[in-house]
Amino acid sequence: MIIADKPQKNSELPQEIKVKEQPRIVTKLSQKAKSSNVVQQKTKVKAEALSFYYGPTRALTDISFDIIANEVTALIGPSGCGKTTFLRIINRMNDLILGSRVEGKVSIDGKDIYESSVDVVELRRRVGLVFQQPNPFPKSIYENVAYGPRIHGIKKRAILDEIVEKSLTQAALWDEVKDRLKEFGLSLSGGQQQRLCIARVLAVRPEIILMDEPTSALDPVATQRIEDLIRTLASDYTIIIVTHNMQQAARISDTTAFFLLGELVEWGKTSQIFTRPRDSKTEEYITGRFG
Amino acid sequence: MQRFKEKSVRYFFMVCGLLSIVILFGIFYLLLNSSFPAISKVGIKAFFAEGYWNPTAFSGPQYSIWNLIKGTFMVGAGSLIIAVPLGVACAAYLAEIASTREREIFKPIIEILAGIPSVVLGFFGLVVVAPLLSRLFNIPTGINALNGSILVGIMALPTVITIAEDAISSVPQNYKHASLALGATRWQTLRKVILPAALSGIIAASMLGMGRAIGETMTVLMATGNALANPSSFLDSVRTLSANIAIEMGEVPMGSVHFHSLFFVGLVLFLITFVINLIADLIFQHYREGA
Repeated sequence: MIIADKPQKNSELPQEIKVKEQPRIVTKLSQKAKSSNVVQQKTKVKAEALSFYYGPTRALTDISFDIIANEVTALIGPSGCGKTTFLRIINRMNDLILGSRVEGKVSIDGKDIYESSVDVVELRRRVGLVFQQPNPFPKSIYENVAYGPRIHGIKKRAILDEIVEKSLTQAALWDEVKDRLKEFGLSLSGGQQQRLCIARVLAVRPEIILMDEPTSALDPVATQRIEDLIRTLASDYTIIIVTHNMQQAARISDTTAFFLLGELVEWGKTSQIFTRPRDSKTEEYITGRFG
Repeated sequence: MQRFKEKSVRYFFMVCGLLSIVILFGIFYLLLNSSFPAISKVGIKAFFAEGYWNPTAFSGPQYSIWNLIKGTFMVGAGSLIIAVPLGVACAAYLAEIASTREREIFKPIIEILAGIPSVVLGFFGLVVVAPLLSRLFNIPTGINALNGSILVGIMALPTVITIAEDAISSVPQNYKHASLALGATRWQTLRKVILPAALSGIIAASMLGMGRAIGETMTVLMATGNALANPSSFLDSVRTLSANIAIEMGEVPMGSVHFHSLFFVGLVLFLITFVINLIADLIFQHYREGA
């Protein structure tokens, strides 16, 4: 059982109000640091003896791993270690790769997501993915965010307007773009584009947000904004983030998992992984001796 | 010596490039020059006035190309209505849905379709399509504008498919992945993300198909019946500008007004295809700037 030192969620507040009243991120973080509340957390995603193959090549070997709801979980490890593969198993984006195969079990809220009865389209709505390269559609800012709700059947303009505003606000982009929603999404800066992509994911109200090195194409200032955003979102979403940046993992995550050559070497609370890693390989990696 | 060689190679290729421009202007000059006697004798107004094309009438020959233009556009538009939806659907299938194996089977077959001589396709129109249409619509003969549209549509199909497929496959994969990751179905992704992103290419494909249809002669000549009457529907026989030239050029007395009038018909045809290509180019550029 994993115990996390997170502040208790204000779950009785409706989401809208919570977003609007969200204080500056800095205070949020300091609250987290000061908090001594100990809350039992629920497992959101569970991998059991999970292996993954690209054709004959095994990319992941026997992964067993619990991801806790409303936490930020960071997946770290050198290139090609399987962390992105693991991430994309959770919303079954790996299905798109011909000849790929999953062994073992992955479940969300206790339900096996690779069972034949699972609706992949619905699964992907519940599990959003933010890509490494910002990839807004060649549409307006508004249409980028409204795309998800539209394909899920929302047609009323007023409702769409509301979702767009709320999602952009949550993604800390609303103030910068509210006067130019009709402009092309691609006309934004790289950091803004990535926040637009996050807003696009938020618009379909997922439960889990996967992020595949979301800041690797961004400058430090934009990275900082995205990191702040991730911390804020963690109170409402379960976030799993792949990162190459060790400091980033240390800054933003509650749990860290270290992958190496397709194996999960070690996982645990971020503070523990970065201060007292159990495995010598983890220590070597986080202190920068390889990777 | 080396410099001289370098230079002469450069000029050789420049001359080759210029040659196509010289030929283009040469043809334009020839058409203009040869149709000038007809323009001065008949008058531009009489060519475009409503009426009939009947230059060999014993008394009072008529030179109105009104019905010919109408026939040309009917066959052109009709063939587009057939070729564009079919071609784009086929291109989408090849680019997005078909497995590698299916693509390997389909693509060469489409290329063979492009290689069918237009005369042979004309036979097909006479022997297969015409009886079919006559039975279907309960009309005495199936040799009409619809028949021509179907055949020219088939002829334009490979052009439309090839260019549209190119446009669809060059839509970046990350748009597609972003859409799927938001929980869109493949069909929604195709319709709302991929096709809009490929629109410029699809329009270019349609325009090139149109250019092909307007200029097509042999198939149209065999399949449309070539009546000089004013067509009122697609089930009427029509004569196109191109077919008109092909039919009459062999029998017209050199140097007569009729002879020069045929050059004027050619000039009009040339201008129509020129304008269509120009429009295609403008649309293409507009969309490229937009993206």
